[in-house]
Amino acid sequence: MDGQHLTKVVLLACGSFNPITNMHLRMFELARDHLEDTGQYRVVKGIISPVGDAYKKKGLIEARHRLEMARLSTDSSDWITVDPWESLQPEWVETAKVVRHYYKEMLEAEQNTDDLDTVKYAKKRRIEENHFGASSHQKKDGLQLMFLCGADVLESFGVPNLWKQEDIDEIVGRYGMVCITRSGSDPHKFIHQSDKLWQYRQNIHMVREWVTNEISATQVRRSLRRGRSVRYLLPDGVVHYIQEHALYSAESEQRNAGVVLAPIQKNTEVS
Amino acid sequence: MATSRIPLVLLACGSFNPITNQHMRLFELARDHMHSTGQYQVVGGIVSPVSDGYGKQGLVLAQHRIAMAKLALQSSDWVTVDEWESQQADWTETVVTMRYHCGRILKEYERSTGEHKDSSGNPSPLSSPCPQLKLLCGADFLDTFQVPDLWLDDHVEEVAGHFGLICVSRGGLHPEQAVAASDTLSRHSHNIFLVREWVRNETSATEVRRALRRGLSVKYLIPDSVIEYIHQHNLYTEDSERRNKGTVLRPLAKQATQPGKSLDD
Repeated sequence: MDGQHLTKVVLLACGSFNPITNMHLRMFELARDHLEDTGQYRVVKGIISPVGDAYKKKGLIEARHRLEMARLSTDSSDWITVDPWESLQPEWVETAKVVRHYYKEMLEAEQNTDDLDTVKYAKKRRIEENHFGASSHQKKDGLQLMFLCGADVLESFGVPNLWKQEDIDEIVGRYGMVCITRSGSDPHKFIHQSDKLWQYRQNIHMVREWVTNEISATQVRRSLRRGRSVRYLLPDGVVHYIQEHALYSAESEQRNAGVVLAPIQKNTEVS
Repeated sequence: MATSRIPLVLLACGSFNPITNQHMRLFELARDHMHSTGQYQVVGGIVSPVSDGYGKQGLVLAQHRIAMAKLALQSSDWVTVDEWESQQADWTETVVTMRYHCGRILKEYERSTGEHKDSSGNPSPLSSPCPQLKLLCGADFLDTFQVPDLWLDDHVEEVAGHFGLICVSRGGLHPEQAVAASDTLSRHSHNIFLVREWVRNETSATEVRRALRRGLSVKYLIPDSVIEYIHQHNLYTEDSERRNKGTVLRPLAKQATQPGKSLDD
């Protein structure tokens, strides 16, 4: 297939990464395989964006550690990167804003390297936009940013006050999502039961995880507290880092105990 | 004098076709569990890939399976790969492999305590007892005891009774049921340690081979060095998966020609 017809994709994963695990990294690999298998995409970059400390999730350790662990874990990858932007913001940043930020950055980077082909691609884009109609992807010059997550994030759209409806509309409607299914959840059903998500179903790429690999960071932290091994669940470099810095103790798990999660705090504030 | 823990070596037999992070997890989980009983001190782990004579479908050459296991365990300070079983001319019963390693451990122990004898030639009182050897396996392995003609009754008795088993369960399998379903295993249930893998991690070598055949990524499921090796040698293709297709698994062929001792009355 002619490479010029492939849409270039950047995958963006947001989350606590507390700590990052092999499962998080698998998500990127699965997503890339899935998208490229359709014959329509070429995944050029993956971005891990750890959430800032202001998120106030229980047990969330300092961003600098979470960033460093993520960096160590992507050492051996030639396409997955870690970006500290979100974690450096003083306040918690809505996911939609994070997606917007990276989308803009992606365009700017593309602009700098792709000035020659603007005419050719602009014409192609007009043709493509006519095909998509209402749910047009934010696609410029065959380049797209997609939000990568597990099915649990998709289902969290239903949690009261966790997400603003217009943010969901933006992430799913304007950008697109790649959702890795976890056993025990039925994301197709969830999409079916939501009129909004149903409307955007073309923008939601469901990736069946052919191997159940549910390394939950919560359970990893529990194991660490109990002095149990987490080797082979996280990259070796991350295991060493955790040991070196004695992260994840009973104390660290009590951080933010009783504190309201930032998005819920924000969305329930009387304006 | 404080009760000293029994030193323990864990032996895992299997195809390791290829070795995965999940295989290595078995050792980690088993070690943690045995330590938490307060009775044992795990001093070593052995990965013993089966010989080519096993005849399992899709089994690639032992030299490759050994090489991959070595690469995977390079960074481990307590688990090693042993080639003895893979070098035997014919497939070796698990119990035979266990006897071999037990003998080796005993020889090594006698040699090292021999170096630490006091003036009367008695072993130093501070030396710990000879390490025990137990079989490390997944829950699906326990189910194999139910397969007709796959195991000799005497061998089940020896593996479970004399040596002991450490069984790590994964996914939805229930090893307690497998133990209960076998009279022999039930009799030795005190010597069968069941470890619950709290992470639903069903990374199976079968699935890894499937992904490789289809050109899909297996990164973060098996070590990078093993992935590189696989690509270098072009292992795990449609062809490799067809190897031994239609062949009777060697243990079944062997058992069929040698009636078990228990049948002699």
